Amino acid sequence: MPQWAMFIMTIAFARGLVVLGLLLLLRAGLVSFGQALFYCLGAYSAGALGRFFGVSDIFVEMLVGGAVAAATAFVLGFLLARYRGIYFGLLSLALSMILYGLLVKSEALGSTDGFNILASTLFGIRPGPEWVRYAVLVSAAAVSLVAALLVFRYLRTPLGRLAPAIKDNEIRVEYMGASARRAVHVKYVIAGALAGVGGALAATAVGHIDPEMAYWTTSGEFIFIAILAGTGNVIAPFVGALIYGAIHTLAYDLSPNTWQMSLGAALLVLIVFLPEGLWSFFNRYVRHS
Amino acid sequence: MKIVNVTHGSFYAIGAYAAASMTAAWLARGYPPMLSYAVLVLAAVVIAAPFALFIERAILRPLYARDEVVILLVTYALFLILEDVVKLIWGVNPYFIAEPYALLGSFQVAGMAYPTYNLVLVAAALFFGGGLWWLLHSTRAGKLLLAVIHDPEVSRAMGVNVGRYYLATFALGSLLAALAGAFTAPTVSVVPGLGVDVIVLSFAVVVIGGLGSLPGAAIGAVMVGLVRSLSVHYMPQVELFVIYFVMALVLAVRPRGLFSLAEPRKI
Repeated sequence: MPQWAMFIMTIAFARGLVVLGLLLLLRAGLVSFGQALFYCLGAYSAGALGRFFGVSDIFVEMLVGGAVAAATAFVLGFLLARYRGIYFGLLSLALSMILYGLLVKSEALGSTDGFNILASTLFGIRPGPEWVRYAVLVSAAAVSLVAALLVFRYLRTPLGRLAPAIKDNEIRVEYMGASARRAVHVKYVIAGALAGVGGALAATAVGHIDPEMAYWTTSGEFIFIAILAGTGNVIAPFVGALIYGAIHTLAYDLSPNTWQMSLGAALLVLIVFLPEGLWSFFNRYVRHS
Repeated sequence: MKIVNVTHGSFYAIGAYAAASMTAAWLARGYPPMLSYAVLVLAAVVIAAPFALFIERAILRPLYARDEVVILLVTYALFLILEDVVKLIWGVNPYFIAEPYALLGSFQVAGMAYPTYNLVLVAAALFFGGGLWWLLHSTRAGKLLLAVIHDPEVSRAMGVNVGRYYLATFALGSLLAALAGAFTAPTVSVVPGLGVDVIVLSFAVVVIGGLGSLPGAAIGAVMVGLVRSLSVHYMPQVELFVIYFVMALVLAVRPRGLFSLAEPRKI
């Protein structure tokens, strides 16, 4: 496989993980414009591990990235779980921009330039330079598969099934005796953890991190992918991320100066003609035939 | 209209570019510089209006029935497109038009020179804010508009042309954004990325003030401006995120902003 294709796939897995978390929130009718916060936290935790402790194991990095993001999401969740609709989105955006502002000003973490990340190792083995990309890709695929399966299971638990109900009518959820706020909090923590793992993965794959990862346009990218993919299925985020990567690369290749325009046009067309995302296409034509 | 419109940033940028390029051309021909203010305003309005009308009619109208969040994403997509359109039309080089800014000179406040242009800007902001308030609360059209926003369906049943009100509101809002861009153009260098900065800032402003509230937006704007200047003066290292910090703080205390109205919960 050519290097660029492997890179696109690895990044697609990383983004897919973030979008998988976003999917959980979207099913409950919440659009987080701040998933970049956890993505960036995960990446910086992974980077800090290498920079300050000399740890470069890809699984340790993902684990720590996810844990740091989950802990942050747990704390912020007490505040955010009260908000709905546009306020939820804008508050999460504000939080991620605070992190961006902090990182830009922190000299120890490289300010706007960020810093480089050690080459990944796997359980103490240091793969040769020609193998390291394969190792990262395979690890990414494995982690994504596990994450997708776990989310799949979660969606079938009573708490997971509450999501569409919260979207439809929260007061009725409360009448049923369930706590909408707690359900949202749990979803937010899971989404944060997934984004943290995705961020750590992206960090090792790219080999460099910078504060741009917390900027609101990064969050916009994730929402773009979520809309592109649709929220119907746990595989959809990864397919969506892959297609997004392809569109992005293609747009950049064909028209380097107007790639934003192509991206915007693609998003617009999708929202207008495929409101349930690409996955609805699959459902309509494949399953029922 | 209950629309969170990201495209607003693009209109700001379009207004700024239109004003900057037209005024530069005007001055280059040697026409009287005093009239450049009129050119500033006219250029922004004339160039932004077709964009606004087209976007409302062709793209937003069929989507009003969808979720608020979907509309937000649509405007985000439009924003991405317009960002490149602006680059295609005006290129990536910065525009400077300092003449309207320098022409008015400055006056002394407490021993410091203060540019008169900025004072004019404050007056213009008060004028437009007051005008909008008057329009909404003292004219028939404004009152009808409030009714349309509150309940489009009933308004339609009462014989109000809801589509026309939507169009007018969107156009008016976009033109105000373009005007804001035009007025700011002489004080800064007009560069790509202008819209991105302003849109996130203005979201912070309206969220602090409470969505859909005019006095809220005014207070929010003053707060954001003050906080930002104070932080630049005393703690420049926090300048980037202090606004978001204030926004998070306000939302933590008043979940719907400072001047929000009570909203009924659906059962």
